[in-house]
Amino acid sequence: MSGGGEGALLSVGGLAKRFGGLAALDGVSFELGAGEMVALIGPNGAGKTTCFNLLNGQLRADAGSARLKGRELLGLAPHAIWRLGVGRTFQIPATFASMSVRENLQVALLSRARRLGALVAPAGEAFRDQADALLARVGLLAEAGRNCGVLSHGDLKRVELAVALVGEPELLLMDEPTAGAAPGERFRLMELVEVIVAERAIGVLFTEHDMDVVFGHARRVLVLDRGRLIAEGAPEAVRADPRVRAIYLGAAAGRG
Amino acid sequence: MLDFLVVQFLTGLAGACSLFLVAAGLSLIFGVTRVVNFAHGALYMLGAYFAYALIARLGAGPLGFWAGLALAALAVGALGAGLEATLLRRLYGSPELFQLLATFGVALIAEDAVLWLFGPEELVGPRAPGLGGSVRLLGHQLPEYDLFLLALGPAVLGLLWLMLHRTRFGVLVRAATEDRDMVGALGVDQAWLFTAVFAIGAALAGLGGALAIPRSAAHAAMDVEVIVEAFVVVVVGGMGSVLGAFLAAVLIAELHAFGIVLFPDLTLVLVFLVMAVVLVLRPQGLLGRAEGIAREGPAERASLAPPRRGIGPGWAALALLLLGAPLLLGEYHLGVLTEILIFALFAASLHFLVGIGGLVSFGHAAYFGLGAYAAALAAKALGWGLGPALLLAPAAALVGGLVLGWFCVRLSGIYLAMLTLAFAQILFAVAFQWSALTGGDNGILGVWPPAWAAGGARFYYLALALVAAALFLLRRIVFAPFGYALRAARDSALRAEAIGIDVIRWRWLAFALAGGFAGLAGGLYAFFKGSVFPAALGVPISLDGLVMLLLGGVGTLSGPLLGALAYKLLQIGIATATDFWRLYLGLVIVGLVLAFPHGLGGFLAGLGGHRRGAPGRGG
Repeated sequence: MSGGGEGALLSVGGLAKRFGGLAALDGVSFELGAGEMVALIGPNGAGKTTCFNLLNGQLRADAGSARLKGRELLGLAPHAIWRLGVGRTFQIPATFASMSVRENLQVALLSRARRLGALVAPAGEAFRDQADALLARVGLLAEAGRNCGVLSHGDLKRVELAVALVGEPELLLMDEPTAGAAPGERFRLMELVEVIVAERAIGVLFTEHDMDVVFGHARRVLVLDRGRLIAEGAPEAVRADPRVRAIYLGAAAGRG
Repeated sequence: MLDFLVVQFLTGLAGACSLFLVAAGLSLIFGVTRVVNFAHGALYMLGAYFAYALIARLGAGPLGFWAGLALAALAVGALGAGLEATLLRRLYGSPELFQLLATFGVALIAEDAVLWLFGPEELVGPRAPGLGGSVRLLGHQLPEYDLFLLALGPAVLGLLWLMLHRTRFGVLVRAATEDRDMVGALGVDQAWLFTAVFAIGAALAGLGGALAIPRSAAHAAMDVEVIVEAFVVVVVGGMGSVLGAFLAAVLIAELHAFGIVLFPDLTLVLVFLVMAVVLVLRPQGLLGRAEGIAREGPAERASLAPPRRGIGPGWAALALLLLGAPLLLGEYHLGVLTEILIFALFAASLHFLVGIGGLVSFGHAAYFGLGAYAAALAAKALGWGLGPALLLAPAAALVGGLVLGWFCVRLSGIYLAMLTLAFAQILFAVAFQWSALTGGDNGILGVWPPAWAAGGARFYYLALALVAAALFLLRRIVFAPFGYALRAARDSALRAEAIGIDVIRWRWLAFALAGGFAGLAGGLYAFFKGSVFPAALGVPISLDGLVMLLLGGVGTLSGPLLGALAYKLLQIGIATATDFWRLYLGLVIVGLVLAFPHGLGGFLAGLGGHRRGAPGRGG
């Protein structure tokens, strides 16, 4: 089961990154199709976040390739990768804390329109309607005027999602999209992601610690352990894989 | 030739000793407490003065001399411990800017305390008993005291190494230097550790100062000289690395020793050029450890509400008052107001970098001075009129910002601040040493405006018009997309990059713009004073700007203007009331930092209750 197949949205081959003597990623290859939701799981330190940081240009890879519809991403700066249609949300929500929720979106919209260089025209009214439309889409319109610095974790995750949508991404990299959110909020968040992603045929690669979220929402699961991809397939198949049970779900589960 | 090189090299090594002691203390303190101690030069100076006084009392015999040196170092160490326990301990959670300013205030107090206690004359210490002669080496005379210093530097390095690697205290110091949180996790009493490290660092500075008196005279400005060099050494060697400080001290001292022979006109430039090159090639310094993922330290965040339409009654009243000022004020006070206007623009341009961009610059005087010199040279050397000269001033500073900013924005935090300081010092050195162009120390005189703009009221209106227009433009930029891009990069560089913002590019342009506005202020200043001196590029001007931000708070756009007003009035008020204006200014700064950790502007906004801030920020 090597999803994507011909014409994959993202194809990653031999991706590798070392930190000093430690191989954080050691030759990872996979593909991801348009509109497909894929979970990247593994124990702490398996290399999930490193993989994300390589794909969106925050870190420089030592070897390998990552092509978005045939276009090489590795070696490009994060802002250039974003322009190619790769959105990113962070494990610890990264928003502009001194700005209102709406302003966060306006900045992203201005960036998309390449209008951030404007020196004199006031930014306050720019793209206000588009910003509000996106906020309505993620259920945050009521909070539009509040500062991001005072929002709850779950609401910040929604801001991040809305901001990521500004770039009309074809690929969305979501690092623990529900981390820090209240239990009930987790499923509402993931359902929202699922609906939006389906509407727009966005390919999603997400990491997640909550296995209920993973098995409830991923169409395919990739399992990383110490920088290597050790299993890949449909959720049920991965759940049943003894190697995965051994390293990921704990030694006891592996024996069981 | 070879023998000359060897002797020159040894002289350089001897000169490195005091520098190393000061820098090692600074580096240790920074490593553990993350405080850049601007008062470290003052501690060095106090070491020199204490040693002088103690030796005078104990007698210049062998016992009196050496005991005097040791006691001076211990006294400075005790002073350092007191400083940490009473002042710095309250500021560990504050933004870097506040820590810097508080220690700067302490340095001001120390300078005047020394003037008050010892008087303004230079004090030449006695020769070291038994080391007063010189030895012949390869046909040259080498002072015995130099040989002693030459051996002492490595000896102190060795002792520090043993302390850091062979004692439990040293293990804690190294752990804290590498990871502050770890020490908290080990259950160590942080307060005690910090005080002890500060005492040791201060004692090293005091010893450095004490050891210097047989070689060079003690005077009340030696603290600034040594602190700037010590910063260079610590940054080149790597913050927190004692061995790095030693290597860098040797490098800098040798640069002095050979520079004075090879490029006598370029010695000052050379030192800062080396620092700039090291910072660009190896931002963490020779032996420093690279910081991991960017640390989101405590920073004052300007959380700005979009501008309201129309002009409020307060602003209208202020405008009327400013327009009518020439009717109300005499020549002298109008001059004071003109100067306040000029510095309000300077402070606002610095606020654009620090408050909006989150880029703390210690060397903003570079652009003020570039503008001042550009205007003065245009008027005097090129014979340009006032208008073109005042156009050239911001243009030259803008270009300066483009060139220097290109390097600065590749660094962050304290390293960026140090590089800005280095660049400002390079320009200062150029202005000071290139007398053919700049007149050197004598400056450029007779830079007066033409008749239509000359005289108190006319020049005041010119300054008012230009400053108001510039501030209006700056305000527009802050609320334009460009200002939002800068704030976005400041709030979260990670997120900014992930939405297509080229953080480095916008910051670079911010440097150029801030430089341009500061350059206009500098150009006005040149015509206001009728002259330009290298001091326009000096550290005190840069610090003036930062103190203005401190006073006004960086949370609002009017803060820097308020700060410029308060600072200039304080400075002038204190200077006319007492000879010891630094003492009182220092006390005021320290008191303000302790009382209003978010600036006067933040305090007033808190009183008004219409603050729109992030949580975790008290009024």
